[in-house]
Amino acid sequence: MSRVLEKLGLWACALLLVSPALLFFLWMISLSLKFEIDNGAYPPILIPDRFAWKNYLGVFESNSFLLYFWNSCVVTGAATLLALLVGVPAGYGIARMRADKAAIIIMIARMTPGLSFLIPMFLLFQWLGLLGTLVPQIIIHLVVTVPIVIWIMIGYFETTPVDLEEAARIDGASPWQIFLRVTLPLARPGIVVSFILALIFSWNNFVFGIVLAGRETRTLPVAVYNMLSFEQVSWGPLAAAALVVTLPVLLLTVLAQRQIVAGLTAGAVKGG
Amino acid sequence: MLPALAVVGGVIILPWVFTLWMSVNEWRIGGAAHRFVGLENFARLLGDARFLDSLWRTLLYTGLSVVAPLVLGTLAALLFEKKLPMRGLLRGIFVMPMMATPVAIALVWTMMFHPQLGVLNFLLSLIGLEPQDWVFSPATVIPSLVLVETWQWTPLVMLIVLGGLASLPQDPYESAQIDGASAWQRFRYLTLPMISPFLLVAVTIRMIDALKSFDIIYAITQGGPGTASETINLYLYTVAFTYYEVGYGSAIALVFFALIIALSMLLLHLRQKSALLAGGLK
Repeated sequence: MSRVLEKLGLWACALLLVSPALLFFLWMISLSLKFEIDNGAYPPILIPDRFAWKNYLGVFESNSFLLYFWNSCVVTGAATLLALLVGVPAGYGIARMRADKAAIIIMIARMTPGLSFLIPMFLLFQWLGLLGTLVPQIIIHLVVTVPIVIWIMIGYFETTPVDLEEAARIDGASPWQIFLRVTLPLARPGIVVSFILALIFSWNNFVFGIVLAGRETRTLPVAVYNMLSFEQVSWGPLAAAALVVTLPVLLLTVLAQRQIVAGLTAGAVKGG
Repeated sequence: MLPALAVVGGVIILPWVFTLWMSVNEWRIGGAAHRFVGLENFARLLGDARFLDSLWRTLLYTGLSVVAPLVLGTLAALLFEKKLPMRGLLRGIFVMPMMATPVAIALVWTMMFHPQLGVLNFLLSLIGLEPQDWVFSPATVIPSLVLVETWQWTPLVMLIVLGGLASLPQDPYESAQIDGASAWQRFRYLTLPMISPFLLVAVTIRMIDALKSFDIIYAITQGGPGTASETINLYLYTVAFTYYEVGYGSAIALVFFALIIALSMLLLHLRQKSALLAGGLK
């Protein structure tokens, strides 16, 4: 009997602990589905009598939303793939050569405020005349994605055994062959983890966009912020837009929870 | 390998060299040509009241944003270590705040903070508390932002501590059980000392992230009301990208970076000290 009570007590505590997150997202959904009159009601209404689906329709119908969505996909996609291309071999090199100094540089890059990269890069892009394009954002997002990938991959390569690589070398495989045929397939789980985390932190990035993005090159986080500051938008449509922006990331979090937890606790990295 | 390392160098090291160069110049975008001024920008910082205010504010904000998630995150880890029904689902919901897009979250928090229509003041009224001005008053803006930061980043502390708890040996607990130690004694004299390296990692990471915090503060208050929530990072943004004083901004960036490194080294030093102490006790 006391066993059951203890279980119930623990469960109640866990529920209490989770409730700020749970209630927040429920409230976000509620805000996004209410008409203005319900959002202004006091006491607040959690579940309205009628749902304002038009808030979501409004988000998708504005033609600039699709443009910003596309921009986000291009910037995040390119920055993540480039980071894998660069970061996986770099992580492998650092782990195998035990290049601790290089590892420290990556650590320092993680400690550096994103804004301090932004000042020199901004001037550089201005000189090169690239500011109207997506290229500056792709390049500067590498500052977020590359350290994440390298950091996770170093940890991963350090734990994978070198025996198989040795065996391949004795059989006469070239270093490049060993890397492609032996190391890379073994490292796939690590690559998946770093891919997911790089994707999320690049998608979420805001500070680079507010400086580098023009009207045509905004990513979604910048676009949704601009809705707040430049237009008199009511709460319902704003909450709907916010939810649409963050929904891909939330879905990924739920689907890939195990990998995300593994990646965050291994390197405990965050970009920005 | 080499080309990869070269790219890393280009993206990470080159901007630093350039920042160093800019910091010793008077340099304005769209202004006159830049001019070498030596350490003048750094001297100017010492007399810049707005910078000094933002420095103390940053330390206050960081201190609060480390302690609150540390305590709550450790509690959460102790709870999530137990076998609970639907533990996976609960943990999934719990980590959502730190993965969600910060700007999107910030917009919803802004609505919740609203003094008249916000849901937070309604919740306060349910438990009989006075309504607050939250982020709309200089007196409460920092604690309100720390509330958001804590809500967002407690899960990260939880995950790190949970990793620590999973690595603990079981034997000491069995002997403690036999000796009749209470749950609190087991936590205080067994768990806490053994997970302290993990707590230190959590503190370090939390501290670095809180010092650098930008998205949440910028999206909710833009450093306001007035400059009541302007941290160094926000001031740096204003100087570099509102006033376009990139020379002075670079100097701020360097000092800011030095602060982050110094505080991190301090924690690292503490770690060695505690290792020494532990060794001495044996």
